[in-house]
Amino acid sequence: MNSLRQIYTILYKDVLLELRSKDILTAMLIFSLTVVVIFNFVFEPGSAEMATSAPGILWVAFAFASNLGLSRSFAREQENSNMQGLLICPVDRSAVFTAKVIGNVLFIFLVELVTLPVMVLFFDLSIGAVWLPLLATLLLGTLGFATVGTLFSVISANTRSREVMLPIMLFPVTVPVILAAIKSTAWLLAGRDLGQVWPWLRLLIAFDVLYFVVCFLLYEYVVEE
Amino acid sequence: MIRTEHIGKSFGPLHALHEVNFAIPQGEWAALLGANGAGKTTLIRMLAALTRPSAGSIEVAGFDLERHAHKVRQRIGVVSHHPLLYGDLSAEENLRFYGRMFQVENLQNRIDELLSLMELKKRRHDLVRTFSRGMQQRLSLARAVLHQPGVLLLDEPFTGLDLHATDLLTRFIEKAIAGSVTVFMSVHDLDYALAHAQRLLVLCKGRLLMDTTPGGIGRDQLVELIRE
Repeated sequence: MNSLRQIYTILYKDVLLELRSKDILTAMLIFSLTVVVIFNFVFEPGSAEMATSAPGILWVAFAFASNLGLSRSFAREQENSNMQGLLICPVDRSAVFTAKVIGNVLFIFLVELVTLPVMVLFFDLSIGAVWLPLLATLLLGTLGFATVGTLFSVISANTRSREVMLPIMLFPVTVPVILAAIKSTAWLLAGRDLGQVWPWLRLLIAFDVLYFVVCFLLYEYVVEE
Repeated sequence: MIRTEHIGKSFGPLHALHEVNFAIPQGEWAALLGANGAGKTTLIRMLAALTRPSAGSIEVAGFDLERHAHKVRQRIGVVSHHPLLYGDLSAEENLRFYGRMFQVENLQNRIDELLSLMELKKRRHDLVRTFSRGMQQRLSLARAVLHQPGVLLLDEPFTGLDLHATDLLTRFIEKAIAGSVTVFMSVHDLDYALAHAQRLLVLCKGRLLMDTTPGGIGRDQLVELIRE
């Protein structure tokens, strides 16, 4: 119960800081919208290539925008050594990790909720019947990406070229999540039966659980040195 | 109280601390002296459960740090040369955040009391990034004592402070000592340590060279020891 209250306290603090500075959301939004707009000019309007490329473009935009957000999210804790301030509190490191993951998922998902309608509009996509499983795909993909990113942002913060190190470590490890998310999105947008999409969603869930458990256990050792 | 037994800390081939043994009883003010790189910050980080010793054991506030780090954290207050405050939160919001993390009861009353004590009541709603270094350090001390810890660990808390802020902090520490709080402070100012601390520990290249009282050593001898 105490841990839940502490998770809420950290999360509330992170949201308050973001509402004041807006630097994480602004950076992620500008990046993801720019990607969507640029790719919109690459294809002929209404072409088959446009529809088949859309899921990949969408996840490239989300993945790279998330990388920006994750990097900034931990940098905020480094200012004034605030991470040290968190670690001197009588709170389990796992609670800190959980709060950070929830915060990162929240910020990334908000950006996705803004970017998706723009994508639908520019790429002439139809999501009317599949909006719910599509949102589930976004959430599951984001969870996997943010979980690994939350751990790796701490590791990369202690390296000399942290802005470069985070994507170098993050993207290869999260390839299974990104691929499953792209496949699931593609099949949903192609109007496939939900039964055919389910294996990809199951894979996403499996990787989310695996990543969360491993990162949850490693976080304590990563933040303490 | 604080007790260390044969503690050491290595970072790869570098031995930051080696065989450090001391015991500070409850309610005593101990000053940790040493040149830059002597291992003072590493020692304080270990006492604050921020880093684990490579060897030996530490007991703080009656608990073994290795086995009961959580209980130790509930009983210590830490002030370092970084204020450990969020610049985009106000003074009150910072204290409320830490108060909730430490599950302080009657939090609003405690925040009011500490902001008054640190002469920051008028600036309670201002963002911390607009504060001077001295104000940030006073707020940092308020953060550290919010949960009324039995042990205060202070890592060069006077860095960049003016006379008024130094006086305020000193008075606060003296009051804490009177209330049986153990204070362990690293400091560069020898005269300050000789005038106020009840115990002097001298670290040199990761080894504890001396553990004495201010009456047990002269200033010149202390300077020589630190230079070694």
